[in-house]
Amino acid sequence: MTTTATSRPEPGRPSVAVWKFASCDGCQLSLLDCEDELLALAGRVRFAHFPEMSRTSTGGPYDLSLVEGSVTTPADAARILEIRRLSRRVVTIGACATAGGIQGLRNFAAAGEYAAAVYARPEYLSTLDTSTPISDHIEVDGELHGCPVDRGQLLEVITAHLAGRRPVLSGSSVCQECKARGTVCLLVARGTACLGPVTRAGCGALCPSLDRACFGCFGPSDAPNVAALADRLVGDGHGRGELGRLLRTFNAGAGPFAAGSTALLGPDPEMGSPDHG
Amino acid sequence: MADDVRSIAVEGMARVEGEGSLHVSVRDGAVADVSLDIFEPPRFFEALLRGRHFTEAPDITARICGICPVAYQTSACTALEAACGVTVDSRIQALRRLLYCGEWIQSHALHIYLLHAPDFLGCADAVELAERDRAGVARGLAIKRTGNELMTVVGGRSIHPVNVRVGGFWQAPTREAVAALAGPLDQARQDALATVAWVAGFDFPDVESDYRFVALHTGDCYPVESGRVVSRGLLDATAEEFSYRVVEEHVARSTALHARIDGELTYLTGPLARYALNSRLLPEVARRAAAEAGLEEVCRNPFRSIVVRAVELVFACDEALRLVEGYEPPDPPAAACSAPDTGSVGAGASEAPRGLLLHRYELDGRGMITTARIVPPTSQNQRAIEEDLRRVVTSSLSLDDPELTLRCEQAVRNHDPCISCAAHFLDLTVEER
Ligand code: SF4
Ligand code: SF4
Ligand code: SF4
Repeated sequence: MTTTATSRPEPGRPSVAVWKFASCDGCQLSLLDCEDELLALAGRVRFAHFPEMSRTSTGGPYDLSLVEGSVTTPADAARILEIRRLSRRVVTIGACATAGGIQGLRNFAAAGEYAAAVYARPEYLSTLDTSTPISDHIEVDGELHGCPVDRGQLLEVITAHLAGRRPVLSGSSVCQECKARGTVCLLVARGTACLGPVTRAGCGALCPSLDRACFGCFGPSDAPNVAALADRLVGDGHGRGELGRLLRTFNAGAGPFAAGSTALLGPDPEMGSPDHG
Repeated sequence: MADDVRSIAVEGMARVEGEGSLHVSVRDGAVADVSLDIFEPPRFFEALLRGRHFTEAPDITARICGICPVAYQTSACTALEAACGVTVDSRIQALRRLLYCGEWIQSHALHIYLLHAPDFLGCADAVELAERDRAGVARGLAIKRTGNELMTVVGGRSIHPVNVRVGGFWQAPTREAVAALAGPLDQARQDALATVAWVAGFDFPDVESDYRFVALHTGDCYPVESGRVVSRGLLDATAEEFSYRVVEEHVARSTALHARIDGELTYLTGPLARYALNSRLLPEVARRAAAEAGLEEVCRNPFRSIVVRAVELVFACDEALRLVEGYEPPDPPAAACSAPDTGSVGAGASEAPRGLLLHRYELDGRGMITTARIVPPTSQNQRAIEEDLRRVVTSSLSLDDPELTLRCEQAVRNHDPCISCAAHFLDLTVEER
């Protein structure tokens, strides 16, 4: 354990707020999972609002707001504006907040279809027909990708924003990390449908190291060529349905993935053919 | 007459996973109304699973809850293996149980130390607690870290592990990597024993409840990843049979879907239920710790659930250690699974840290999901939690408002509700907030 003192931070310390929208809590749990750093961090900053951790909550303004989750209700669309007003910096964390999350699949379905499918009385729901990233509603000062985000990157983002510098995050692809790690390429060796070439680095190419193809949980890398990858995989015998679904998970709403899946599946909200490689 | 109306409202309950609120109103000295409301927006998992290939369900459903992803992955895998008519071999099952122990360890340590203990010690959070007892909180974080390490070795990472698939795993961890967990797990077991002694010394309100317990049961070991669904004198069912008995009612007045057996019986799942139905199957070290903490074979005081959770923490560390010592890498790491071309149905149940989690899927002949049903622990426990609140308020009316509020929050946190899980199935508050 670290030995930093944990006396209650004085008010002069930067205040951090953690907000939750539609999400699974996994990204904010990453913060509680920083076992070695948590108490030290709590000594350096003041968690002014972090309901998953504390009963105490103080009003704004906040130096840094971390936002998890996507906007799916009219009330939340209003709440995010208020959070922006109260926060010096807003950083979104995770695929839900940056791309709309898995719940963003409703954006591809007919309006109202999802609510009607799950609830006997959809008229009692006050949800929007879309799940949208935070940046569709307010200007954000930074985004951290991943489903979930990487713990080390999260600490880097918090530290950097509080110090007023840019966090050091790579915009390259999982392939780059995979090659650096020396993993045998699943795509080249076996023709497996791997999203590594178009997925943002950050996980250290975790899946290929476990003999599994990347399924894109960190979202698109900077300037990915999704169409070229799709063409190649279709040429290798993969079905358009399989590939379309692969792009339609936690980052389905991210621009390059959304365009790629729509090109593969067409406007049909059915998830394409059953082939799955 | 509204001259003697007292109301307790907590909007945005803290230290629970997800967003919920609770309301209690007391009229003329009697509890008039209690409700635990979920105001998380639903994410429509059952709808978005339709039209997905069955192999995608473990990763998709994991995203229902970041605190218990392995529970979702395991219930999904066992349900879909049943649909494919596949039984995994004992090595795969042992590795699955080991991964699941990691989730119990991290989740129970999180709940005991960061979410629940501060209530008993009058602290707002674990940071404040650490000012008084830094070594204590450090011990909790160390246990939690060991659970996360175990999940990382077996699952690739601790939140939404990537190594799980229908049929087993993508890759079996090496013997060396698994063996290296023995030291930290042995330490965690000691720390868990210290945890039992620590929480046993807390002050517990004297409340007992006549719960109807429902938990998995296997007959030869404490239930984690599999078992029959059992309730004394009422139920001894497969997951598939249970799925017909549990009925979720859409209550318009309330904001929630309430799960009840046969549509009428309220029940409780989770540590108290598992313990009541299986305490004799605990390993010696956990049974001794329970006895020293003053627990009998059944515990009906919800506030003492923290002690039961700590005993389960001892069990999970001990069981993980046993599995680590006996580890044989499964080869191949996964059983081949394909969906029958006639279409098929499969159900699976496992013990998430906070209670029974049921999945059921219907597949078409191409292996695509046509219907998905997921019954998470919190929607099953919701009614029992409200009944607890009613009982707790009735016996605590002499407390002043801040104390009564805290007591109510504590009564909810006793059951470690995971509102993120529940919300995807529960209705929303009708009132505009
Ligand atoms: S991005 Fe993934 S891990 Fe993070 S909150 Fe959303 S579903 Fe959970
Ligand atoms: S396995 Fe995937 S991530 Fe790794 S190099 Fe090949 S395509 Fe890229
Ligand atoms: S390899 Fe791809 S799917 Fe796997 S963790 Fe990394 S980004 Fe996520």
